[in-house]
Amino acid sequence: MTITKTDPMEYLPDMETTASDIMNNVLELRTNYEPAKYTTQDVVSALNKNTRSLSDFAALLSPAALPFLEEMAACAQRETQKHFGNSVSLFTPLYISNYCENYCSYCGFNCHNQIKRAKLTLAEIEDELKTIAASGLEDILLLTGESRSRSGLEYIGEAVRLASSYFKLVGIEIYPLNTDEYAYLQDCGADYVCVYQETYDPERYEQVHLSGHKRVYPYRFNAQERALRGGMRSVAFGALLGLADFRKDAFATGAHAFLLQKKYPKAEISFSPPRLRPFINNAEENPNDVHEPQLLQVMLAYRLLLPFAGITISTRERAGFRDNVVGMCATKISAGVKVSVGGHEEEAKGDEQFLIADPRSVQEIHNMLLANGLQPVYTDYIRV
Amino acid sequence: MKNKKDSFFLGGHEFHSRFILGSGKFSLALIKAAIENADAEIVTLALRRATTESTENILDYIPKNITLLPNTSGARTAEEAVRIAKLSRELGCGSFIKIEVIPDSKYLLPDNYETVKATEILAKDGFTVLPYMFPDLNAARALCNAGAAAVMPLAAPIGSNRGLLTRDFIQILVDEIDLPVIVDAGIGRPSEACEAMEMGVAAIMANTAVATASDIPLMAQAFKAAIEAGRAAYLAGLGRVLTKKGEASSPLTGFLEK
Repeated sequence: MTITKTDPMEYLPDMETTASDIMNNVLELRTNYEPAKYTTQDVVSALNKNTRSLSDFAALLSPAALPFLEEMAACAQRETQKHFGNSVSLFTPLYISNYCENYCSYCGFNCHNQIKRAKLTLAEIEDELKTIAASGLEDILLLTGESRSRSGLEYIGEAVRLASSYFKLVGIEIYPLNTDEYAYLQDCGADYVCVYQETYDPERYEQVHLSGHKRVYPYRFNAQERALRGGMRSVAFGALLGLADFRKDAFATGAHAFLLQKKYPKAEISFSPPRLRPFINNAEENPNDVHEPQLLQVMLAYRLLLPFAGITISTRERAGFRDNVVGMCATKISAGVKVSVGGHEEEAKGDEQFLIADPRSVQEIHNMLLANGLQPVYTDYIRV
Repeated sequence: MKNKKDSFFLGGHEFHSRFILGSGKFSLALIKAAIENADAEIVTLALRRATTESTENILDYIPKNITLLPNTSGARTAEEAVRIAKLSRELGCGSFIKIEVIPDSKYLLPDNYETVKATEILAKDGFTVLPYMFPDLNAARALCNAGAAAVMPLAAPIGSNRGLLTRDFIQILVDEIDLPVIVDAGIGRPSEACEAMEMGVAAIMANTAVATASDIPLMAQAFKAAIEAGRAAYLAGLGRVLTKKGEASSPLTGFLEK
């Protein structure tokens, strides 16, 4: 196995450097965050405020806040209702390629994992898009592994163009790009970008990203900023909970979004709280000490810090959890999910990234939302 | 009960209800009940929700006799607002448009400058323009000159339910601007809507306060009653010492013999 001992803080030659102080601010905030120091009084004070600071957010993520989960949920539900009413957006991911040149120890797509690799042709992509569109969905997220040689920018651009002819909102969750590349994909029809830092702990980041472009920490960290400069409307943040100290990672995630929104007020912000899941050849992979109460605590804290931000709940979580968090704090839910390459129109062409826990169809999720007094929303976007 | 003589005009259309209902945060199934209980004649909707091809299209849930007031939510610049407005007209939503130009995703505060620009373009293009704005007198005057049919100053940030935080500045608009002043955003309680009507505003727009109530039709009724009460109080003449421009309406020294 190839393990590269390159400095993860050094950019590679083809990577655009970003002159921004946000990364250093977040690193410093994360380093200084000591969850155990926060008290019940800090938590109560944070809950009683109308607007919350990063310090309040830190308290809400601390162990001292765990006994207040019910109160946090009530506050979060009020904030969610005020900002989103009872609307919950639906979407689905479409993996178009699982070729990857990164060696990330926690991921099913890592270059050393023996899985069935595949890349959809444009015709196959279109077949998948048609099938998904027929389910009623109008928001799609296109994903790839990281391989410029197999799933390069032009290929992704063509996939985006196709997707934008079937869907009102097209997002991408691919490898980080330079600003002009994001601008190209925006022009093709993409409007939102998801990039998860996985962990904001630089040492842990280096331990789990053993080779490939993803090993470079600052290039990944500044992806959202480059995306916004490239004209993308919306950016999503997240850490893979369970990979490192989840409280500190969640805190850094919130701080990252908070500071970036301050710098780019027009940006639409959203959070995703993925937990580690088992994947092919790694059935033992699990989210460590991030159990459902801790996961909920993170989601509620995101909601209370940034009441206007979207929060997406994926099929990494079981149906019962997803059903209860929508409306309380989550505002977007995936439905009819396949995390293999293709698999919507015909049998999957390539293996999945992780094992999903909620296979329900779009109609089933739609009915669940209505049954819970929520309003399914298929589109909330006009591309102008 | 509405006083049919006490109507107001927007773009040449006469309206008797002074309660404009927002539709964005409701379950679609409840919209009709809310509208009926509010006795609303105008309903706003986000055009970005109306373009869906799903069976859950908000346009199918709003009664046909209601005047639609599509808004340009999602627009961050005048240019985007103009494009959304034109799309609205192409979709058959009529010529009324509420301009929302919001470049700030945290507080959702409107950009007055971009709003004036969009108003001018759309008013010239035949739209009846109702601009959502931060209550600034200079911006309001510019909106009048740009051809707005009304001004819609916010009471507090969208969704905050914090009431009439900007009451003094809204009062200035009521006192100085000749267009209908329609208070929009931030009203959290019927009593706040009543207070705004007592100040002399022409109408109230509310969405979150109704949509987040435990009993939506009942809250819509409560707002209706409050708005009518506030309007009646305004017409009856509240016992103020001072009226416009600080002149006493009933001089206390009129009895003096010279």
